Amino acid sequence: MSVLDSKIPSGPLADKWTKHKNEINLVNPANKRNIDVIVVGTGLAGGSAAATLAELGYNVKTFCYQDSPRRAHSIAAQGGINASKNYQGDGDSDYRLFYDTVKGGDYRSREANVYRLAEVSGNIIDQCVAQGVPFAREYGGLLDNRSFGGVLVSRTFYAKGQTGQQLLLGAYSAMNRQINRGKIQSFTRHEMMDLVLVDGKARGIIARDMVTGEIQKHSAHAVVLASGGYGNVFFLSTNAMGSNVMAAWRAHKRGAYFANPCYTQIHPTCIPVSGDHQSKLTLMSESLRNDGRIWVPKKKEDAIAIREGRLKPTDLSEEERDYYLERRYPAFGNLVPRDVASRAAKERCDAGFGVNKTGEAVFLDFASAIERYGKEKAFTSGHKNASKEEITRLGKEVVEAKYGNLFQMYQKIVDQNPYETPMMIYPAVHYTMGGLWVDYNLQTTIPGCYAAGEANFSDHGANRLGASALMQGLADGYFVLPYTIGDYLSNDIRTGAISTDLPEFAEAEKNVKDKIDRLMKASGKHSVDHYHKKLGKIMWNKCGMARNAQGLQEALEEIKALREDFWKNVKVTGKAETKNAELEKAGRVADFLELGELFAKDALHRNESCGGHFREEYQTEEGEALRDDENFKYVAAWEYTGDPREAKLHKEDLVFDNIELKTRSYK
Amino acid sequence: MKLTLKIWRQDGANTKGKMVDYPIDGIEGDMSFLEMLDVLNEELVAKGEEPVEFDHDCREGICGSCSLQINGEPHGPDRLITTCQLHMRSFNDGDTITIEPFRANAFPVIKDLIVDRTAFDRIQQAGGYVSVNTSGNTIDANSIPVNKHNADDSFNAATCIGCGACVAACKNASAMLFTSAKVSQYALLPQGRVEAVDRVQAMVRQMDEEGFGNCSNTGACELECPKGISLENIARMNREYLSANAKG
Amino acid sequence: MGGLLKSSVAKKFAMALSGLFLVLFLLQHFTINFISVISPDVFNEISHFMGTNFLVQAILQPILIFGVIFHFIMGFVLEIQNRNARSIGYANYKGSANSSWMSRNMIFSGAVILAFLGLHFYDFWFPEIMHKYIESHPEDPTRYYEETIAKFENPIRVGVYVISFVFLMLHLLHGFASSFQSVGFNNKYSKGLQGFTKAFAILIPLGFIFIAVYHYINHL
Repeated sequence: MSVLDSKIPSGPLADKWTKHKNEINLVNPANKRNIDVIVVGTGLAGGSAAATLAELGYNVKTFCYQDSPRRAHSIAAQGGINASKNYQGDGDSDYRLFYDTVKGGDYRSREANVYRLAEVSGNIIDQCVAQGVPFAREYGGLLDNRSFGGVLVSRTFYAKGQTGQQLLLGAYSAMNRQINRGKIQSFTRHEMMDLVLVDGKARGIIARDMVTGEIQKHSAHAVVLASGGYGNVFFLSTNAMGSNVMAAWRAHKRGAYFANPCYTQIHPTCIPVSGDHQSKLTLMSESLRNDGRIWVPKKKEDAIAIREGRLKPTDLSEEERDYYLERRYPAFGNLVPRDVASRAAKERCDAGFGVNKTGEAVFLDFASAIERYGKEKAFTSGHKNASKEEITRLGKEVVEAKYGNLFQMYQKIVDQNPYETPMMIYPAVHYTMGGLWVDYNLQTTIPGCYAAGEANFSDHGANRLGASALMQGLADGYFVLPYTIGDYLSNDIRTGAISTDLPEFAEAEKNVKDKIDRLMKASGKHSVDHYHKKLGKIMWNKCGMARNAQGLQEALEEIKALREDFWKNVKVTGKAETKNAELEKAGRVADFLELGELFAKDALHRNESCGGHFREEYQTEEGEALRDDENFKYVAAWEYTGDPREAKLHKEDLVFDNIELKTRSYK
Repeated sequence: MKLTLKIWRQDGANTKGKMVDYPIDGIEGDMSFLEMLDVLNEELVAKGEEPVEFDHDCREGICGSCSLQINGEPHGPDRLITTCQLHMRSFNDGDTITIEPFRANAFPVIKDLIVDRTAFDRIQQAGGYVSVNTSGNTIDANSIPVNKHNADDSFNAATCIGCGACVAACKNASAMLFTSAKVSQYALLPQGRVEAVDRVQAMVRQMDEEGFGNCSNTGACELECPKGISLENIARMNREYLSANAKG
Repeated sequence: MGGLLKSSVAKKFAMALSGLFLVLFLLQHFTINFISVISPDVFNEISHFMGTNFLVQAILQPILIFGVIFHFIMGFVLEIQNRNARSIGYANYKGSANSSWMSRNMIFSGAVILAFLGLHFYDFWFPEIMHKYIESHPEDPTRYYEETIAKFENPIRVGVYVISFVFLMLHLLHGFASSFQSVGFNNKYSKGLQGFTKAFAILIPLGFIFIAVYHYINHL
């Protein structure tokens, strides 16, 4: 048996969670008062976990690098949150949500975890409504749903295009209530720099006060990492500028295994890069693919003419356009899953058909939707012989009502009117399915160190479905972790407060200070961003949407060389004892430079294509992903051994008792 | 594009600051305002100078981190956007742009253009929540029907991103729009009505203690708000507060 | 009351109520003044009534004076607090981009009106109190009209009056509508109400100006 014990409860799938809850140890309320828990990150997972733990009676300390817990990047999620409420009576159930999620993840997730996720999904909605989250409603006063991401039911709850914001503010309000009660101490503008282990257990963290530069020691009986994903290893992504892997990576270096780092979701509908100055990418909601048709010119000359501004996209006739998704996937057309749509766009652009000045963009065209809606509207309002202009006008109104805010956002950024000319889109890094390996209790391989939300390797397998990230973050934070952590903490009721005077804290503190010292004293040839951008280029070109053994091999070497150069030649201005954005970035990039290597190693070892991981060597004749269930039906959990490329692989075999493994087909 | 930037530089909370001029060249219209500052900072770092510190995170107009008073207006001259969504095509070659931190005594400067907005957090902590436990035994979501108009108004109030532009724009540095948006979100929902009396009193008390100014109904906050939060919320909070006090 | 007035919302509420009360008074004052243009006799009659009626003199007049004093003291208190909320100002503050001049300068227009009130008291109220209560002249119900129009013979004074009323107009243009917001009235009727308050804010001061100028021209 592998050293990885997933602690999945026995029994039928649907009973596992209930049974587990009945069997685990609890901490009595009087004892909870004597137990401290640190939560790092205050997004959906961290915020909800902190609030719930405090309600239960634990003393909670939260840490976030932002100036307020409310600004965590969960706030940027647009579309919605899935829950198997079956309010629409369209046949949804826990099983169906479970099934869709496992299938969408290309059969690389743990059955028991995903089923539990589906099981508590309904509770999330109840909880959020009770908290005053203003979800969209119908005229009858009940909650509205929409469909999302190619599934067959309407199970997505939403608050216009700002669902993540509303859910996060809900969790933040629950936190605020506990802060007001004195049960949560909130440390903002604080960054976790290291995890402290005492007797092999997670007992605290070292944090840097980003305003004063002070290095602080904080102790607790357990540490929860809810610090999000590592998409910024690509430099350009839809993540927030500050999103980083430091907390998770520090835990990894202290003994927590890192699982499936190569599973990255590249979202197909983002606004393309406009130039070298670009600092981040902006997502356009997936919902646009419901009505937009994706195309590039059929002839390369036309593509070049468009790139050079000699030809307008609207000048091309239907015959001169290649609606490549409709051509390749007639059944799902423009609504294929994210990974498929992204790869198809890359394939066309690599072949030279890209349509913006960088050659990395495809069109998302609403002209036919405008015409279709316009005709419909004209017909229903009695204009049987409406003119073409009339139809276009009516159609634009309908499209504006559906997507007005997105169109406006696009116009602000690109300065083109998407009602008149097709939008340009290109895939961008969006979400990382990989993360710290956790067992069924969300505990990492370090006792007392838990990981929740995007920070863990999670329930999404190799690809995440739309509207599932919010579900997972809140499920972990509100409903899973607060129970399962009690099982561990029940052994700590007599431990008493953990002293920060222990030598382990001093050692960790020294490590952190030394690292900062090294960064401040490097020779100072190149800025931090210089290295981050270079790393991003390597990652995007060699570990991006499509990977091959040769490229990954090169990436391993290049990243290593870049990392060595970084430590010698990075330039960090200012002082360590004040607010210093350059120093903050340097610390984060240092970790990305290590993670990147492990990422490439993981991608290189996984000789198959699945979900977000596409290896060019492993594809069908039609260019579709070719999974290898016989050899790779496992979670790859990497143990740190002192050098990312020497990480030791541990396999957790995935067992599918309730689902038949199939090849995903969207043709 | 060639520009002259006049930027507020201040080492720390307890030191004096001043406006410093920075000429900058090679700015393109497609750059966002913050990307323009990235370019400046890259140049400063290359020269060994300390870059300009400013708050920013999501860079897509939703986290509320970015601030900046640009040419006398929070988030610059365009409407319904945050600084990160402001693009340089809104400016012309040769322009001089002044960039200052959001000014209010309740928002002390931390460094350069970064201010401390935790006063907003404390207002929320005073009562910006519904006191329900999160442990999963709540009633079914659809057992509380909510009138759609109220739900929509509540949502619109809840879209506040807490950036502080309302305070920065207000000649009195008043936080009424921010506070009233949160009060309104809950006041409009049945779940929030239960604690409405205590909530509005606690939040207004905290708002006043933080040292924000009074509301003069100039309407600057509404116009400068990147999310277009309506002044109706302030009127609603006034109503809520006055009736709460009448009830005792 | 002192406790209640600690909060910013309550202060603004009190400010709005006193303002609305003064608007009502203004309307009443204007009506009586306007009668001086139509009929000196009726004007005398009403003035006599107002000047000698116990209710008006002993109750309404003190309330009015209290209202005026309260309004301007509170105005200064709020202004001081507001200024203290931002002790370091902007190098570049573009208030005109997002708000009206009137709304940003209520303290200024208010101060002009206060100065005018001083002149007004000096012109009318002090002589009146002297006349009635200190010097105890026998009551003459026909003296008011002549006394009033006598004040409008001096073009400088008329000019000062005209300027003051322009500031009153500016003050009302923001203040009248704003007071409804402060008492929490903002709904589907607000748009119509704003139209009314704007019309009121322009017409009433214009009317006062007309009366002053009318009497001045009549005297020429």
